[in-house]
Amino acid sequence: MNRNFSDRKYIILGFFIIVGVIYLVRLFYLQVLDDSYILSAESNVLRKNTIYPNRGLIYDRNNKLLVYDEAAYDLMVIPRQVKEMDTTDFCSLLYISDSAFDVKMARVKKYSWYKPSLFVAQITKEEFGYIEEKLYKYPGFFVQSRSLRKYPYPIASHTLGYIGEVNNREIDKDPFYRMGDYIGKSGLERFYEKELRGKKGVEIVMVDVHNREQGSYRNGRYDTVSEQGKNLYLSIDAELQAYGERLMQNKLGSIVAIDPKTGGILAFVTSPVYDPNLLVGRVRGKNFSKLMHDTLKPLLNRAIMGTYPPGSTFKIVNALVGLQEGVLHEGTSYYCYGPATKPIRCTHNHTSPLELVEGIEQSCNPYFWNVFRSIINNPKHNGVVECFNSWRNHVTSIGFGTKFNTDIPFEQGGNIPTSEVYNKIYSEGHWNALTIRSLAIGQGEILVTPLQLANLVVVIANKGFYYPPHLVRAIESKDNKIKEFNSKIVTSIESRHFDVVQEAMLDVFEGDHGTARWSKLPGVKICGKTGTVQNPHGKDHSMFIAFAPLDNPQIAMSVIVENSGYGSTWAAPIASLMVEKYLNDTITRPHIEKRMLEGNLISAK
Amino acid sequence: MRQRTSILQNIDWVTIFLYLLLVLIGWVNIYAAEYNIAHTSIFDKDMNYGKQMVWILTSVFLIMLILIIDAKFFTTFSWVIYILVMGMLIGVLLFGREIAGSKSWFQVGSFSLQPSEFAKFATALALAKFISKINTDFTKLSSRITAGGIIFVPIVLILLQHDTGSALVFIALVLVLFREGMSGTFLFIGLIAIVLFLLALLVNKFIILVVLVFNAALVFYMFKKLRKKWIWIAGVFLIASAWVFSVDYAFENILETHQKKRINVLLGIEKDIRGAGYNVHQSKIAIGSGGFSGKGFLQGTQTKYNFVPEQSTDFIFCTVGEEWGFVGSFVVIVLFVGLLARLVILAERQRSKFSRVYGYGVASILFFHFAINIGMTIGLFPVIGIPLPFISYGGSSLWGFTILLFVFLKQDSARLELL
Repeated sequence: MNRNFSDRKYIILGFFIIVGVIYLVRLFYLQVLDDSYILSAESNVLRKNTIYPNRGLIYDRNNKLLVYDEAAYDLMVIPRQVKEMDTTDFCSLLYISDSAFDVKMARVKKYSWYKPSLFVAQITKEEFGYIEEKLYKYPGFFVQSRSLRKYPYPIASHTLGYIGEVNNREIDKDPFYRMGDYIGKSGLERFYEKELRGKKGVEIVMVDVHNREQGSYRNGRYDTVSEQGKNLYLSIDAELQAYGERLMQNKLGSIVAIDPKTGGILAFVTSPVYDPNLLVGRVRGKNFSKLMHDTLKPLLNRAIMGTYPPGSTFKIVNALVGLQEGVLHEGTSYYCYGPATKPIRCTHNHTSPLELVEGIEQSCNPYFWNVFRSIINNPKHNGVVECFNSWRNHVTSIGFGTKFNTDIPFEQGGNIPTSEVYNKIYSEGHWNALTIRSLAIGQGEILVTPLQLANLVVVIANKGFYYPPHLVRAIESKDNKIKEFNSKIVTSIESRHFDVVQEAMLDVFEGDHGTARWSKLPGVKICGKTGTVQNPHGKDHSMFIAFAPLDNPQIAMSVIVENSGYGSTWAAPIASLMVEKYLNDTITRPHIEKRMLEGNLISAK
Repeated sequence: MRQRTSILQNIDWVTIFLYLLLVLIGWVNIYAAEYNIAHTSIFDKDMNYGKQMVWILTSVFLIMLILIIDAKFFTTFSWVIYILVMGMLIGVLLFGREIAGSKSWFQVGSFSLQPSEFAKFATALALAKFISKINTDFTKLSSRITAGGIIFVPIVLILLQHDTGSALVFIALVLVLFREGMSGTFLFIGLIAIVLFLLALLVNKFIILVVLVFNAALVFYMFKKLRKKWIWIAGVFLIASAWVFSVDYAFENILETHQKKRINVLLGIEKDIRGAGYNVHQSKIAIGSGGFSGKGFLQGTQTKYNFVPEQSTDFIFCTVGEEWGFVGSFVVIVLFVGLLARLVILAERQRSKFSRVYGYGVASILFFHFAINIGMTIGLFPVIGIPLPFISYGGSSLWGFTILLFVFLKQDSARLELL
């Protein structure tokens, strides 16, 4: 070994230094130039816990609590922490099948092994007590508290609506929502979602690698508190609502009762009903599809979504239009030849000729055919179309043919035909009063909702004006009234024309031949009008409109009992009982009440 | 000259200073990595930082022992020590305790000892002893084989313990052989083999084949002198091709699954940040999130909340990077490179060949640990579980490195007495 290799020390030394320099450059890049690792470290360690606020409460007009939040629990899972377990036992605890467990687990694992995911939503307090005892056996599972809507009175389910998990469309539309949040899906829950939902809070905590909480981040400096949703104060009277629902049991139809002085809805009954508690929590899905597929359509809110021809109740509208147009006077009399009358026959047995009050009281078809003809052939206007348009303007000013657009979601507008429609059907100049004579007695193309019909009664009771019908009086506190609903809407019918109509409607109860004389309420002057609506699908709909008391109207309503025949048989007694309940709070005619409560029109159908 | 006090004058205080700094940095960072609110004292013996203090104190005792013993002891008993430690490596295979898949620990009560940590120093001694023999000549095949054998015996024994990382360390001693005259060609061939291995995993093998053919043709064309040796060129070409095509087999059959995954993660073929890539991913997050000046002592969330595994042992550098930032990383790297440079300088000033070879052995082993350990935490090397010298937690490793270093410092302090 002759050669000295000592110069190789430089190679070795250089090698050491080069590696050191490479590492320093790499570290400079990682630590100083690249910021992404700072974010990664934060996302590792920071967990934002959402603090869900309680949804706003809902009270009735007498401060009865109708809806509140009850503690409920979401079962969460962190797949990584899940150990070998007795799946069968676990599934029986949660009332889910083994296959459902596998599906859920696969979905959750696909999302994340490390982050908590929702496993079973909305476990009620009662169920949770049982699950909690055994939860220790299943590491990786834990509960997060949420809340469920609770309804102390099982009433007004359609009006109150229900909440459900947000869908993707709703999440895209409003960044407030995250997967698994709840949102109002129908009724007031939907309309007042922004008020009811409150403000979510965020609590930032630090977690370790096992996702165990290690305390708050910077002493909660970046945490925000949640704010409870605002309370709603309804115009609904819970007792009247409950009574209405009882009266309508085993019948199809609706009752809409409005306070004429405010437009606030007192009772909003649709039948059949369902218990609002059915659409809460884990049972919601199952119950919802059951209700969905029920042939009686319990989910349909007939009071706003059902559209009916108004039948004889509409005669009052034609009378008002005739009076306003000057073609009809209190003393105007027409002949009636009973069933032989042309072009519309009369089904009632009464004297002839007869004047306006008798015409309304006895619901004489020929009388109103003559009224309608005089409106359409009014020499004041230039031709049929102009007369018709004037008629239509009056009718829509009372609230028919359009939506009120207050706080009632899914409201239907009904239909009041336009002259264009008739021009299209019969071609211009080829139609006249005779062609559209069905309108005289509220049949034909006219469709109205029970809500619009009740509003008509409000207009009559107020003698010419109404407030838009609505459900919520005040938000947050009882005195914080909603201003838009306080604006008075004056119709095109002058108030002086209403006296005769009211008199006639009083006679419907009080007169010797009144169609509702059997439903008279001693001591209270109720004004009403029956309707028996021809229905191409089956037996006639029984319809009734009423307000009371005459001198100081406090309740105005429409009642529709589908496929039950004459207005006087079902709808009138129900209206009368509702008035008694609301004004006197006691029922003095148990025999009528019994007949109404026991009447089963669904199985008989 | 032969006075005991001379030790304190002759010993290299620069190295000792670097050593103490690194040990201290290690202790502080182990404390930060394992910090537990219930055990806030750094002296708490229930915690790894308390235990590390014990290892440090016992290391000081070891240092004193080494410095007291006559320097000739190690030259004289090199073979004895080597054989003894090799015996321990065999013993651990028979009587050892298996921890995390590696059978590399002796367990006596609560105390466990990892003989492979001492094999480094023993092998360096034996290699120094052999090379310093007057008739060792690296131009001779027999010398090469013996030197290779000294290195290979511990590699094989440690591989049998399933501790691949510790086994690979001995490859570092090739640097010593290089310094002592082994042809650079061997290093070059080794480097080419590694490059081809990695290329074969990353690129289509036929593309590599085309490049190899092109290179062979280029050599044949450019170097006219070599044309006569065309058979050599063809031979090299064939061997290289065979190597490329055997990579798959080697990769699939020789390496274990976790090793394959770690290599795949490094090469970016596999990006499994939940599984095989988890360590490196979290380690990079820890270091990267430290920024320029770090999150501050005990403020590292990655280490404090256990996102980084093995954080007081193999991944201790994450804590340095996270809590002390680039400044901390810079200090540690500069200290290491400084120590390595100092060792090279010390080795070169030795008069005895034994001391010089041993010094280079110490430097290469420390360098390998430093390069692989930090390289893996910043994603430049596959995960190989070996500690960062003087800094990582662990009694055996601290003792092993201390002995390794101070035997050399003892030789250095006595360099003037010898000969």
